[in-house]
Amino acid sequence: MLPRLTRHVRKGIVYLLLLAGAALTTLPLLFMIATAFKANVYIIETPPQFIPQHPTVQNFINAWSLNNFGLFFTNSLIVAVSTTILSVLLSAMMAYAFARFAFPGKTLFFYSLLLTLMIPSLMLVIPQFLLAKTLGLLDSRLGLVFVYIATSLALNTYLLRAFFEQLPRELEQAAEMDGAGHLVIFSRIVVPLSTPALATVAIFTFLFAWDEFPWAVTAINTDANKTLPMAIALFQSAHQTQWGLVFAASLIAIVPVIVVFVVFQRYFVRGLTTGAIKA
Amino acid sequence: MASLRGASSISFKAGEATLPRPFSIDRFLGPRGRRNLTAYLFLAPGFLVFATFMLYPLAKAIQISFYHWELMPDRTSRFVGLSNYAAVLHDPISWVALRNTVLYAIGTVPTQILLGLIVAILLDSIWRLRVFFRTLYYIPVITSWVVVSILFKYIFSSDAGLANYVLHDVLHILPGYVGWLQDVPTALFVIGLLGVWKGVGWSMLIFLAALQSIPKEMREAAAVDGAGPIRSYTSVILPIMWPVVLFVLVLLVIGSFNVFISVYLMTAGGPVHQTEVLLSYMYHQAFDYLDFGFGAALSNLLAVLIVGLSLLQIRFLRREVDY
Repeated sequence: MLPRLTRHVRKGIVYLLLLAGAALTTLPLLFMIATAFKANVYIIETPPQFIPQHPTVQNFINAWSLNNFGLFFTNSLIVAVSTTILSVLLSAMMAYAFARFAFPGKTLFFYSLLLTLMIPSLMLVIPQFLLAKTLGLLDSRLGLVFVYIATSLALNTYLLRAFFEQLPRELEQAAEMDGAGHLVIFSRIVVPLSTPALATVAIFTFLFAWDEFPWAVTAINTDANKTLPMAIALFQSAHQTQWGLVFAASLIAIVPVIVVFVVFQRYFVRGLTTGAIKA
Repeated sequence: MASLRGASSISFKAGEATLPRPFSIDRFLGPRGRRNLTAYLFLAPGFLVFATFMLYPLAKAIQISFYHWELMPDRTSRFVGLSNYAAVLHDPISWVALRNTVLYAIGTVPTQILLGLIVAILLDSIWRLRVFFRTLYYIPVITSWVVVSILFKYIFSSDAGLANYVLHDVLHILPGYVGWLQDVPTALFVIGLLGVWKGVGWSMLIFLAALQSIPKEMREAAAVDGAGPIRSYTSVILPIMWPVVLFVLVLLVIGSFNVFISVYLMTAGGPVHQTEVLLSYMYHQAFDYLDFGFGAALSNLLAVLIVGLSLLQIRFLRREVDY
């Protein structure tokens, strides 16, 4: 009886601790949601309320109609989707070369990818700015896409190579015996067998491109090309005290991300732990 | 790999023996050259983008750091040797930025590892609601840096922000309202707190996955030997986790030197550059004062520092985990 009781008590304590921790991590976000549903929080209210007295969706309506917010949302979507498709395609091709071929310079190519994983991507913002200026890619969504692809390629290639190397080779060998070229083997065998890994890198890339801020704020000038993170940061400085409005705009930006995460959680966990656990 | 190469050379020979071959790229390259060509073709499109927008800028950053760089096309940039590096090293704000970055690393990295490990161990010990809690703890990680920086700015605002209200009006810990982001120590604290809050979920997720990959037999063996839950963690499970902890450590240290958006949006490095971190100071020098040479020199020093630190840690990791 006694050990059983202590086991229950122990379990209870574990759940209580987890609940307290989860409360601390989610409280700031809940506060943000509450503020977004309050009418006219122009100044900071005392006492701060977690449950708005008169909840309203007016902030969301205002945020969406103010300052081309729909346009910024569309820009983010275009940039993030094109980055994701191209980056996954290009990195899968590179990973296939690394996983299945021995060619001169292979180590050098691979280490040059790894090198850029170590240095902060913002470190390259000065030369990238000058390059984009020379190529006429400043203040354009294309300029964002190119830099985002280049930034995400190294990690994606690294993760996909690790996955491709674990794939059984019998199918590929059989196809090669039958005279299939490598493009066919890649697109008909390797890619279909790697859907989980491709989904993982696709999600990572999408989230990265959706949230990226420093390069966007450096490269983009005109409203027509702005993305959501930029828009929210500017929104906050323009509407300093209209916190309800700012947080409604923020929620519009982060809800898609959270939905993607909750739906594709298992791919996330797998992607994050590749390298950590198997290394 | 060897068997694959064998297979391709066999089919090539068979083809040559039976058919009179028309012009073929194989005649020039041979089977091996053909395979290399295929590999390069798969590599080329991606690597071209990578080389243009990552490797070339990397080389360019080194070049810029040796010049007094002119932005206007009608002026020529002047080679100034190491004087940008000298300027960085003689600038007291560079050292303030370095100090703040190091403080950020010291303050956030061990805290994230410790809290992440504790939460992971707790989650590992339960079955019900595990995914639910894991999701809650992970949400800050996937929430945009821009949004959470603005959110923390609001919570820690100088008048009756949520933090001041709770600490002063509710708990009476503070004698009055604190201008969190106006004073250097409290501003650094808030920046670090944001880093920990946003980062714990990431280490938790990796530790949890590692814990769950430990075979059941190993834990049962510890239990049979009479180890309680705490003993079995300290003597059986933590040693197995050690490589994972070091992996997380290396990545978190790299990550902590990347701190930028939170500083840029919460304090903008102020008051008077006293809360700058290395990247925010580089950015301000480059894009506010248009001193690209100084910015590039500062970036390069930071890159050397990070790569050096990472290599040191990896060496340490290799030695600790004798394979």
